[in-house]
Amino acid sequence: MEGFLNLAWLVPIPPFLAFAAIILFLNRNKTVSALTAIGGALLSLLLGWPIAFAAFLGDHFGLHPHYGELFTIPTGASEIVIGYQVDPANALMLFMASFLLLMIFIYASGYMSFPPHLQAAIYPVSAAQGKDPRYSRFMAYISLFATGMLGLVVSNSLLTFFVFWEIMGLCSYLLIGFWYEKPTARAAAVKAFITTRIGDAIMLMGMLLLYAQSEPSSLAFRDILSPENLQQLAERMVTVPVFNVTVPWIALIGFLIFFGTVGKSSQFPLHVWLPDAMEGPTPVSALIHAATMVSAGVFLLVRMFPLYAVGGEASPGLLQFVAFIGAFTALFASTIAVAQWDIKRVLAYSTISQLGYMVAAIGIGAYPAALFHLITHAFFKALLFLGSGSVIHGVEHGFHHAHEHGHEEGHDEAHGEHAGVVERPDGRLDPQDPQDMRNMGGLLNRMPGTSWTFIIGGLALSGFPLLTAGFWSKDEIFAYAWGSGHNLVFWVLAISAFITAFYTARQIGLTFLGAPRTEGADRAEESNRAMVWPLVLIAPFAIALGWFGIPAKFPLIGGLVPNFLEGFLEPYIEYMELHVAHPDFSYVPLVASLVVALGGLAAGYWVYGRGYAAGQIDPLRRVLGPIWTVLHRKYYVDEFYQATIIAFGVGLSKFLYWVDDLWVIDPIVNAIGRVGVWLSTLLAAVDRIVVDGTVNAVGWATARTGQAMRHIQDGHVQAYLLVAVVSMAIWLLLTVLPVLLTLV
Amino acid sequence: MELLNQWALPILLIWPVISTALVILTPGENTRLIKQGSIAASLLPLGLSIYMLVAYDYAAANMAFEVQVPWIESLNASFHVGVDGLSLPLVFLTTLLSTLSIYYSAGVINTRVKEYFAMFHLLELSMIGVFMALDYVLFYVFWEISLVPMYMLIGIWGGANRSYASIKFFIYTLVGSVAMLLAILLTYFATGTFDIVGAAAAQPFRDLPADRGLLLSSLAFWGFFLGFAFKVPSFPFHTWLPDAHTEAPTAGSVILAGVLLKLGAYGFLRIVLPTYPAASQYWSMWLVALGAIAIVYGAFVCVAQTDLKRLIAYSSVSHMGYVMLGIGAAASVLTVDAAQRAADVFGVTLEAVNDSAAMALNGAALQMFNHGIITGALFLLVGVIYERAHTRELAKFGGLATVTPYFYGMMMVAAFASLGLPGLAGFWAELFTFRGAFALVPLWAAFGTIGIVMTAVYILWRIIQNVFLGEYEPGKVSHWTTVDGQDADGPTDMVGFEKVTLWPLIAGMFIIGIYPTVILNYFNGSAQRLIEFIQNIM
Repeated sequence: MEGFLNLAWLVPIPPFLAFAAIILFLNRNKTVSALTAIGGALLSLLLGWPIAFAAFLGDHFGLHPHYGELFTIPTGASEIVIGYQVDPANALMLFMASFLLLMIFIYASGYMSFPPHLQAAIYPVSAAQGKDPRYSRFMAYISLFATGMLGLVVSNSLLTFFVFWEIMGLCSYLLIGFWYEKPTARAAAVKAFITTRIGDAIMLMGMLLLYAQSEPSSLAFRDILSPENLQQLAERMVTVPVFNVTVPWIALIGFLIFFGTVGKSSQFPLHVWLPDAMEGPTPVSALIHAATMVSAGVFLLVRMFPLYAVGGEASPGLLQFVAFIGAFTALFASTIAVAQWDIKRVLAYSTISQLGYMVAAIGIGAYPAALFHLITHAFFKALLFLGSGSVIHGVEHGFHHAHEHGHEEGHDEAHGEHAGVVERPDGRLDPQDPQDMRNMGGLLNRMPGTSWTFIIGGLALSGFPLLTAGFWSKDEIFAYAWGSGHNLVFWVLAISAFITAFYTARQIGLTFLGAPRTEGADRAEESNRAMVWPLVLIAPFAIALGWFGIPAKFPLIGGLVPNFLEGFLEPYIEYMELHVAHPDFSYVPLVASLVVALGGLAAGYWVYGRGYAAGQIDPLRRVLGPIWTVLHRKYYVDEFYQATIIAFGVGLSKFLYWVDDLWVIDPIVNAIGRVGVWLSTLLAAVDRIVVDGTVNAVGWATARTGQAMRHIQDGHVQAYLLVAVVSMAIWLLLTVLPVLLTLV
Repeated sequence: MELLNQWALPILLIWPVISTALVILTPGENTRLIKQGSIAASLLPLGLSIYMLVAYDYAAANMAFEVQVPWIESLNASFHVGVDGLSLPLVFLTTLLSTLSIYYSAGVINTRVKEYFAMFHLLELSMIGVFMALDYVLFYVFWEISLVPMYMLIGIWGGANRSYASIKFFIYTLVGSVAMLLAILLTYFATGTFDIVGAAAAQPFRDLPADRGLLLSSLAFWGFFLGFAFKVPSFPFHTWLPDAHTEAPTAGSVILAGVLLKLGAYGFLRIVLPTYPAASQYWSMWLVALGAIAIVYGAFVCVAQTDLKRLIAYSSVSHMGYVMLGIGAAASVLTVDAAQRAADVFGVTLEAVNDSAAMALNGAALQMFNHGIITGALFLLVGVIYERAHTRELAKFGGLATVTPYFYGMMMVAAFASLGLPGLAGFWAELFTFRGAFALVPLWAAFGTIGIVMTAVYILWRIIQNVFLGEYEPGKVSHWTTVDGQDADGPTDMVGFEKVTLWPLIAGMFIIGIYPTVILNYFNGSAQRLIEFIQNIM
């Protein structure tokens, strides 16, 4: 089995080949393109799972992770080794990512039907096929995305990690803006790329400082995370100019690299891009939010955990900061999710919130818990996103059918998006919007496959006790937080867990329960098989994965199932020479997690689950009043950035351009030119009066030449400047240089 | 092979002269022959430079393909040419871009064809000459020759405001040349030789008392600095560039951005650092500061542009800032004392400091090469759309991704390479420049990272969003034509000769992006030897 590990570097290759083949050759045929993309993902799965299972089943695999080299890049006398590695952390990621990617690909092949915002007349062929005009391109982009994710997972150095990280950033840009005819989509795409790039630029600073300060100078995980190197980084101090604080190098580097996670995993204050990223097609949402990109941010922290662990000892503020950002984001985002109507936006904020859990888990030192929650969350969030896409599809078709029956002829304004938009106290409502949960309801009977899998995912998200994966992974974080004395973090996470359960119940209630509130919901039909099957295949993981991490000390069932996860990660933690505390079992976190999950679900069901009426205003809106509006408007963070940072940046650009071209630099250049011209004219006048007066013949010749020159030079007297400069140069040569040389 | 190795460089210099002569001798009305002959003629230098790349030995300590014959004996000047790991890729870049430019021009230039192609061969000669000259007189002669054809290209085949732009370009560069000439003479009087390698080995002014030696070598440094910084162009001497680019014909812009700007940066690496290491070290923070400011400043100014070509011209200012930053960072630890000081300050070994300097130099050199192919491609792509729309106003475009997908795809690759996306060429240059800079001059490097974000802003927000995204609206551009000037209903996608011109550049971005070793092997050897040379000699 271990022989498979040498093939790890091949895992990202098939999707890349699929990408290249589709872009260059196959894009004319949509079916072939889809099959190529799926084939690429399938090959990656067939490579990835044997590698992952070889690691899972290996004897104390964590003690001897696998390293391989591919080629080197010269850097002075040293060199960068580009290679790959397999260890418990990325084996788990490989297991998760390669499977989910394939599911998402299959789903995408069914999802990418002809989008409603395009006119069928412009794309007759695609409209007849019922597929997106850029269907093949979509398949190519998601293949490249898969390359990015899988490459990142098997990377052996922070450098290649960053390379693939950025490739994913590119793909997210391309995919979020995939329907670039919509202004919102292209704005969202630019926003996503630039926001994450701010994080990446800061991360790059940390990365390069780490590269420069490490002994030996390297970015390979094995070198930079070695205990000796971390120790020397923790011992040497650096004074940060401007802020004038003296900290160990490790703290500065950890702090800077953390911003990569803040950007990519959408943590406060760089969280703004992720909800807007919902503008992309739903499979993209699932790709970005569940399986790949945002997980990569947390995976970076998981990867670099030894640095944070040592850094946290040397400078406790580092981990406190990480824990604070995580916990704050978890609460902050969950409160926004309560007041959203877009089915995907709720999930987006829920994702931000759940990522906050993982970041907070790293911040309190709960390495296995963070990784555990990362894996389980990827499965159930992918399930939820794909499910929401299926719901949107169903409702969209429902509206479509309703319209065809309503007036056979009037298809022209079929998707007039702004027809009949209603301003309500709880936000604007477009009665035709297939994503607005106020337009849904009662889908349980109409779309059973989608509904039940969604409910499974929802229960996992809210941490429904004992049964679901989300319960076990979240419980693990609670136990660590409580056991290690991070009480504040514990309570913040517990409160946001309650809110999570509440908004999940709200979402399930509004979408699936009660009676349909629009014709679109009423006429919704189950989606096609390519979309439903992936849901059915992912759903078991959203439940059963949790059972692989049941703590041995858990009452009653603890010890019945061996704690696979702990057994798998323990040797690796030992290998990295880290100390991860094992909190003693306590009833406080267990009871808390039971109470918040069940309490939140019950409260949400009580408010929203028992038949929400068509024109009904959100009950919370009445209770919370203006606070609800603040939540609905996402605390006005976007507006704040627009008015401050963006306005400043654009203003500065204009200002500098004016300085450059209109006010300072170019005017100086032109002024020098004009002075030269003026001087030349003066000299010419002197020439005419003095020289001309004495030597008429020569003067005549000069004038003739001057006229001739003037013709040649197109009237540009800059040539005089030239003459002046050259004469001056010769004068300088003749006079200054010998003087200087006598000094010598 | 021995014979070829000996004659490679002389042939590279003689051949363009022959081509120029042949073009001039051809009757002017026979444009077909001139165009096809020019394309064919330009293939020989390209082939030779590829041969030299393959035959080059990375481990060679000396110049390769070296030729030295006495020339003006009274001045002790000789015809001394040769290439090393630094100049060889740049010679290749020159021949590649020349061939592509000539090929592309054959498709779009229809006025005064004979003069145009004659100028282009002359231009190629001068650029190759600068890169391989190892004698100051030769260097200066080629340097000056390069001005004339470019002045003509802008002045004759340029846009509406061409005479202002061409004069500005000419005078700016000439002022720099004069300063450089003074510095060359200073070097000559101090060492008694015009040989670039020999002067560096002699280390002018090294026998003087420290303060006077520093004074004189600083004078020489600033003389060279002006000459090279005007050409790079380094902030704040850059304002000729946007005008020259905006007015120049497409192929002129390609060569201007792709090769001519590199002459300046090359001068720093070939002449200033080895010949005046102490002065370079002493003034290095100026280079670093100007480089970092150019990165950020150029990127901000780009965001405010409304003309696509002008935007890309300003992006050159920003991107050449990386080169200056890398050179300055390496210069800051050029001497043994300075390297030792840096090692103490940052608490690392001397070897680590030297490696950082080598990486900074690698980054700068790689950025020169990459900027050549990336910005060359960008200017060609601007040409593609300008030939059709006859405007470059960003506001006039939109939705081209749908109507001209091939153009969109090519532009995306070039734009993202320019943005420094990993997997494409630009990334490695930025990475190594910043790696060197963060190790040696961390504050300025940190300041420079603002440029990374702003580059994304102007590429995505200004270029891609304005030109390609959204719904295509007919009527924004009043008159579309095809590339051959036929009337058209709307934008037409790229045609064969445009694709052929661009593919080598696009492929280059991918090759260097995925496997940078292929070119870093050349640069790295030279960078290491430069550092060793200076540390041994001092």
